[in-house]
Amino acid sequence: MKLKLHVWRQKDQSSPGRMETYDANDISPNMSFLEMLDVVNEDLIKDGKDPIAFEHDCREGICGSCGLMVNGVAHGPQDATTTCQLHMRSFQDGEELYIEPWRAHGFPVRRDLVVDRSAFDRIIQAGGFISVNSGAAQDANALPIRKVDADEAFNAAACIGCGACVAACKNASAMLFVSAKVAQFSLLPQGQPERQERALNMVNQMQEEGFGNCTNQYECEAVCPKQISTDYIAKLNREFIKASLSSHDARK
Amino acid sequence: MKLDSKIPSGPLESKWERHKFDLKLVSPANKRKFDIIVVGSGLAGASAAATLGELGYNVKCFCFQDSPRRAHSIAAQGGINAAKNYRGDGDSVYRLFYDTIKGGDFRSREANVYRLAEVSGHIIDQCVAQGVPFAREYGGLLDNRSFGGAQVSRTFYARGQTGQQLLLGAYSSLSRQIGAGQVKMFPKTEMLDLVLVDGRARGIVVRNLVTGKIESHAADAVILATGGYGNVFYLSTNAKGSNVTATYRAYKRGAAFGNPCFTQIHPTCIPVKGDYQSKLTLMSESLRNDGRVWVPKAKGDKRQPAEIPEGERDYYLERKYPSFGNLAPRDIASRSAKEVCDEGRGIGESAFGVYLDFADSIKRLGEDKIRARYGNLFDMYERITDENPYKRPMRIYPAVHYTMGGLWVDYNLMSTIPGLHVLGEANFSDHGANRLGASALMQGLADGYFVIPYTIANYLAGQKLEKITTSHDAFKAAEEGCGARVNKLLSIKGSRTVDSFHRELGKIMWDKCGMARDRNGLQEALKEIPKLRDEFWNDVRVAGAGDELNQSLEKAGRVADFMEFAELMCLDALTREESCGGHFRNEYQTPDGEAMRNDENFCHVAVWEHEGSTDAPAKGHKRHIEPLVYENVKLATRSYK
Repeated sequence: MKLKLHVWRQKDQSSPGRMETYDANDISPNMSFLEMLDVVNEDLIKDGKDPIAFEHDCREGICGSCGLMVNGVAHGPQDATTTCQLHMRSFQDGEELYIEPWRAHGFPVRRDLVVDRSAFDRIIQAGGFISVNSGAAQDANALPIRKVDADEAFNAAACIGCGACVAACKNASAMLFVSAKVAQFSLLPQGQPERQERALNMVNQMQEEGFGNCTNQYECEAVCPKQISTDYIAKLNREFIKASLSSHDARK
Repeated sequence: MKLDSKIPSGPLESKWERHKFDLKLVSPANKRKFDIIVVGSGLAGASAAATLGELGYNVKCFCFQDSPRRAHSIAAQGGINAAKNYRGDGDSVYRLFYDTIKGGDFRSREANVYRLAEVSGHIIDQCVAQGVPFAREYGGLLDNRSFGGAQVSRTFYARGQTGQQLLLGAYSSLSRQIGAGQVKMFPKTEMLDLVLVDGRARGIVVRNLVTGKIESHAADAVILATGGYGNVFYLSTNAKGSNVTATYRAYKRGAAFGNPCFTQIHPTCIPVKGDYQSKLTLMSESLRNDGRVWVPKAKGDKRQPAEIPEGERDYYLERKYPSFGNLAPRDIASRSAKEVCDEGRGIGESAFGVYLDFADSIKRLGEDKIRARYGNLFDMYERITDENPYKRPMRIYPAVHYTMGGLWVDYNLMSTIPGLHVLGEANFSDHGANRLGASALMQGLADGYFVIPYTIANYLAGQKLEKITTSHDAFKAAEEGCGARVNKLLSIKGSRTVDSFHRELGKIMWDKCGMARDRNGLQEALKEIPKLRDEFWNDVRVAGAGDELNQSLEKAGRVADFMEFAELMCLDALTREESCGGHFRNEYQTPDGEAMRNDENFCHVAVWEHEGSTDAPAKGHKRHIEPLVYENVKLATRSYK
């Protein structure tokens, strides 16, 4: 396969960026999208040029490092698939591809296709946990949990924190990400004591980081590689309202 | 070099309990006076950093990824072992201990392994309390499945994403401590060197991967939880960034390395497809619960799998190991796959593959049940190969997965450098010559949640540690060394890329220090590696500059260390003149092709000491031994027949 790539290049956060065009030759349909970029980078290095910087690590769809806009779609055209698991057989020979970083106020560009997603970490630090110290736990089976609840909590917990939901949203909303964590813990008995504070603190932090709010476009769910449901956003709204009305102290 | 394993005396069952009482404590008010550095944020690093933060120490935690949640523990699929005996199927702490010792082919320490089995149950309790959504039964209690090398069901799991859920649990605890200010987190920061003052580990030199700035951090103790070195083979199931730099730099500073040749080749991975391949993807061992492994009986049989009748198939694991069948341990399953492929019976285009067939299980249980158990793995397989495993057997082949070797540590998880502690896959201690499935997660979390919090207090309370800062000469010297190395890599401007060198090194290692090794091959590798290393330092081309986000430079530094470390691995493989676990020497096998141990001469840990300066490749490596003493277990020939 031969492809023409238009790639966003930007030296660092403070420099202006631009699209540059590259030819990708000798591409096998069995290559992953990132392996295709590896091939392009090997040629760039041999020509004495700077390779295209992009995040990646596990390359099996679970670490959440990778993430690119491919022709305007976060993680590219295949459903439920991270960029590293997207294969070139999803494209046609001779196709032109536009490759850009996540675009969001909360995710400043660090270089080329690499963005700073530390805002997600700060949202988790604000309340995405159950406060239990090591060694203080009771026997695991002392607390039976309905299978349907455990399974539903798992579905929410499957989020890999890649940020595609934010990138796909016209409001750059992080509500799918936040709601997945809030839903996971609110479904489990272990999560009840901190349920209200968690919803309030995580939402507040999300707003401080400059992410927008949900206006029901469902773009996030459509691109989510783990198929996290927007039902959790509805749940988050309920959790947030209930907590706002009943919490003694809305901020810790 | 004096090796004191510090294994407590007394009966096996009470060693840890007694030892915990004998360890010195740091009082709650004094904990805040100590600074601890944790490098790595996987299961071992995150659990240690979180727990030490909870206890009141000042912790700094470092990871090269852009968030601690992305450490490669996240990719573990199948599960975590624990001796809960919730199934009532005959499990016990002693049985988990015994299975692990036997699985490791009698090359691990009894006391360490027993402690691991002992705390295994607490790990599950801890994780459930954190909200980890383990698989449950309709009654609301936790579900279990079985794994290789065991005849009981003791593996707890969260679909095919157990590592992810456990890591997110540890990450949430870590995040809580970061939010509380007890842990200061440094993501996108890579350790380049260890700093010693008066012979003790007192800090590290790091490179900020966003700005390129090289800087130092001082502390009272340093913990390395930096994972394994499987990427020395280039192609492995490890993440692209996993590397040996932290542990190898510590080795060059005087920490001894234990059993570097003990590497695990995982039997069920998706086969290599082309020269461009950048990594290999594991298909969880749990699939062997319901999948049957086979190849055609005839050589060169190119028919489609469905066209090969039952009578012309060889279910070789079931044939050779009737009592464990498809659940034979990893080393045995891998070697058997290699054998049938070497005989010319491999399948697929490359003929380096075997089938993992679910047809019988789908017939017995229905497609829905199989989907519920392994749906995400089947989807992943289809995305990568474009084949539907519900309709056609998976094609699998062994791939490098885990490294049992690592920095030598005593019972307190301290290396031969006072103050330097090593946890998880980065140390050598618990898995002997072969790790059983679902035991890596167990060990990482045991070390971080339940061992290091006790043992590090003993170190801190046991000496007078002068306060030092990073203005100390030792830090300045180490920083200069790291800066010089970066500049050297950038100045070569040769003709070959870092990846091309890494691939070549990987091929040498896979061919000569891989699934089967022999004297000639290893001696050849020991000649080829230094040659390739010289070429690397004369002809590598690293793009960009040092003071910016530069992924080409990051890779170059890691590959430079693999180039030295590979030699140590081959040397260890050459001098261990026996076959055991994942280390199979062609010269030492039984007539039916099984590993032949030599307990008389090799029932020990090979402990390597670096000789030479820190800024040049080793002048030599000196081999010491730590004899393994078995007081409870009788050394037996491992049999899974």
